Amino acid sequence: MQFGIFTVGDVTTDPTNGTTPTEYERIKAMVRIALKAEEVGLDVFATGEHHNPPFVPSSPTTMLGYIAARTERLILSTSTTLITTNDPVKIAEDFAMLQHLADGRVDVMMGRGNTGPVYPWFGQDIRQGIPLAIENYALLHELWRKDVVDWKGRFRTPLQGFTSTPRPLDGVPPFVWHGSIRSPEIAEQAAYYGDGFFANNIFWPKEHYMRLIGLYRERYAHYGHGTPEQAIVGLGGQVFMRKNSQDAVREFRPYFDNAPVYGHGPSLEDFTEQTPLTVGSPQQVIDKTLTFREYFGDYQRQLFLMDHAGLPLKTVLEQLDILGEEVVPVLRKEFAKNRPAEVPDAPTHESLLANKPDEVPVEAR
Amino acid sequence: MNPLKLVVVTAGLTQPSSTRLLSDRLGEAVTRQLADEGRGVDVHVIELRELAVDIANNFVTGFPSPALNAELEAVTAADALIAVTPIFTASYSGLFKSFFDVVDNTALTGKPVLIAATGGTPRHSLALEHALRPMFAYLRAVVVPTAVYAAAEDWGAADAEGLSGRIARAAGELAELMAGRPATSHATDEVIPFEQQLAALRAQQ
Repeated sequence: MQFGIFTVGDVTTDPTNGTTPTEYERIKAMVRIALKAEEVGLDVFATGEHHNPPFVPSSPTTMLGYIAARTERLILSTSTTLITTNDPVKIAEDFAMLQHLADGRVDVMMGRGNTGPVYPWFGQDIRQGIPLAIENYALLHELWRKDVVDWKGRFRTPLQGFTSTPRPLDGVPPFVWHGSIRSPEIAEQAAYYGDGFFANNIFWPKEHYMRLIGLYRERYAHYGHGTPEQAIVGLGGQVFMRKNSQDAVREFRPYFDNAPVYGHGPSLEDFTEQTPLTVGSPQQVIDKTLTFREYFGDYQRQLFLMDHAGLPLKTVLEQLDILGEEVVPVLRKEFAKNRPAEVPDAPTHESLLANKPDEVPVEAR
Repeated sequence: MNPLKLVVVTAGLTQPSSTRLLSDRLGEAVTRQLADEGRGVDVHVIELRELAVDIANNFVTGFPSPALNAELEAVTAADALIAVTPIFTASYSGLFKSFFDVVDNTALTGKPVLIAATGGTPRHSLALEHALRPMFAYLRAVVVPTAVYAAAEDWGAADAEGLSGRIARAAGELAELMAGRPATSHATDEVIPFEQQLAALRAQQ
């Protein structure tokens, strides 16, 4: 099982002292956080993609390429890459390039994006969100698997004899996750291709995500990729920890109360009861995270949201120390217990390369 | 035969409120009319006042609290609805509208609804026709022709053509629609198979 962190990349004022990081400070902080993730033994760092303030990560492969050069083991991913507004040709090339630079430590999570105004900035129409996600991904899938592509679609100019370059490392396309907050169509898409499905699992009660993941698992089996239990599931999560749970609650409360997404609404206590957010001791985080398996089945990837709502870099790095030293080692051990042998790990470049069908020798073609 | 499920949504703010009083009279009148035809009715009353904070939180977080969710499910599963609001500033109260803003926009499709309102003056009675009826039309509910408005002075009038008469007429209209209703069925999540989604795109090229 893989553990890691995902970041939205928001620039938010720290509500406890009124300071706001500059874009430069925030971008450098995101990199520092990614490096820390590897230092403390996490497996994955994923960055969001946004094109409007107060968010900074508009160019994920630039950032991930820089992080790749300064890490050895960390898998670099996204949360999410906008399959609707990015040209699939550019996604194919950017992530293949990143694969080569990072020696294969790359996967990617596709998402539609839910910020309406972004669509026209890239020449698209939000009313076509789902059809764009479907058609663009179908093209991306082909570009990574066929050296020469002839293609005609509804949303972009046709391609004739086109080769996206560089080709994926070792002829193995990056593994793809499809992230969704609400759309069953995207669960269906992930199942159709045998790709992974990532449920954000942050904003809403677990019942909502149980329905989506249940649908994905069932359809994954329907399309013949394996049993429902073998489908590749990733989950988000959100935690804030201190040794004593009262300290965690006291320190996190002002960030919660003013958070852009859920602030000025329910109390911290109600929200932690109703959603996967955990604020407390490392043991409480372990206990809550272990319940995810009961609700969603054995899964492959757990990402935590750690740097948001104006939390200072120093605090986030402390949180990562606790996560890496006290929480994840226990989770690795506990999740491994009673895990059926047929449930696979999350695919990596190495595992995909090992399972790649034998190439037909050039002479035989 | 299973009893019919009647849900009464009432947005009065004081306790007791004239809005709740009107709600109860409408609920009783519908129950009585159906009882005469041998149909049992389970009446479930939702006092929006008790859910005011949960409704506001739903706007902020995007999901309902467990208490609010239970009531939203009751509304969705109902065979019919009685919706009663005080008239504030020439329209339904903000709390009343906020509740229906968090109800799923397909939850009331085809559902019989009786609309009613209370107000301090009879001059606001057409708010029912100009505000509530279009809102429920948007939600594709079947709103009965008689909407019941009770102004302060109506509570004292005793003539059969007054408030009591309107309550009886509206309740009769709702009861008639309920009596002819099959058991409530629930649509499940339907997914269009992926090949079909792809094919639909290709067909449009």
